[in-house]
Amino acid sequence: MVRTNWKVFEEDYWAINTTLQELLQNSNATSVLLLDKTGQMIASLGEEPQFDLHSFASLCAADFEANAQLAQLIGEKDFATLYHQGSNESMYLARVAKDIILVILFDKRTTLGLVRLRTKKAVDNLATVITRLYDKLEYENEELKEFDEEFAAEAEVEIDSLFSD
Amino acid sequence: MSLINYSSREINVKIVYYGPGLCGKTTNIQYIYNKVSPDTKGKLITLATEMDRTLFFDFLPLELGKVKGFKTRFHLYTVPGQVYYDASRKLILRGVDGVVFVADSQRSRYDANIESLYNLHENLNEYNLKLEEVPYAIQYNKRDLPDIISVDDLQQELNPKEFPSFEAVATKGIGVFDTLKAVAKAVLRNLS
Repeated sequence: MVRTNWKVFEEDYWAINTTLQELLQNSNATSVLLLDKTGQMIASLGEEPQFDLHSFASLCAADFEANAQLAQLIGEKDFATLYHQGSNESMYLARVAKDIILVILFDKRTTLGLVRLRTKKAVDNLATVITRLYDKLEYENEELKEFDEEFAAEAEVEIDSLFSD
Repeated sequence: MSLINYSSREINVKIVYYGPGLCGKTTNIQYIYNKVSPDTKGKLITLATEMDRTLFFDFLPLELGKVKGFKTRFHLYTVPGQVYYDASRKLILRGVDGVVFVADSQRSRYDANIESLYNLHENLNEYNLKLEEVPYAIQYNKRDLPDIISVDDLQQELNPKEFPSFEAVATKGIGVFDTLKAVAKAVLRNLS
């Protein structure tokens, strides 16, 4: 078994989505994204951004990590939130639980104060869901039925066709 | 640490290209980017210095077709090879599912390979991982250059445990896909 210690189940996914939806509406943000610290996207809501979301997630995670290292250099554990202000578009990043990052993209239709306020509540809600998910994964030893020999064989065919000169 | 999303039925896995400075990690990724069909790849992100040296990482998301209903995505990363960027390398290894070590075959880079491989072991160790536990392949790059070390000698020093190894000329694409395929398959096989 691989270290599949990071899985999102149906129930948790919808709990996450509900919180993100609320945050989006209450903060008047353009879009919200949830990703893990390795740069993997978990969920995204709101206006479809015009850029590659996966590249964006990867850079957000790198941004957060680089700042965590800076925090440590000045004697902090990390920075729980980051804010990048642009002339039109801005972004606010917040750590949720240990390994998750919430990203809020917003423009002049809202204010940093409101975004920060609404994010605080969303972070608490998400932390509850994520902690529950971690607990579940802790006790979950079940083999993944979907990932059997047939899966491996199918995956190999796909890999051969994708990676060819 | 692959991410499996049961609700959206997606699997994301992370493969990291490691190796000494100027060994050809970015060249591998660029070749892959240029060769795969446009509808399967995302944007190639390169955080490089003015001298075209990787500063933080290169990142390329690739989408495999659906496998048993799961949309499978590979995230390819390179680390900066230069010795003083160790903090960046450590960060990029977080949550890694598979590793490609790109070795520079030139005699003059022999010590740099050893140092980088040792550094990989050390940094994996920080995440309580051993190379033996991670799908892994080694690529002997720059086989077309003069004054290179024989593959046997490289194997002896860099790959005594005989993990899958491939000869390559990344600038021409030779061995690039073979190396990636070996690790990608091992990563997905690991799920089953």
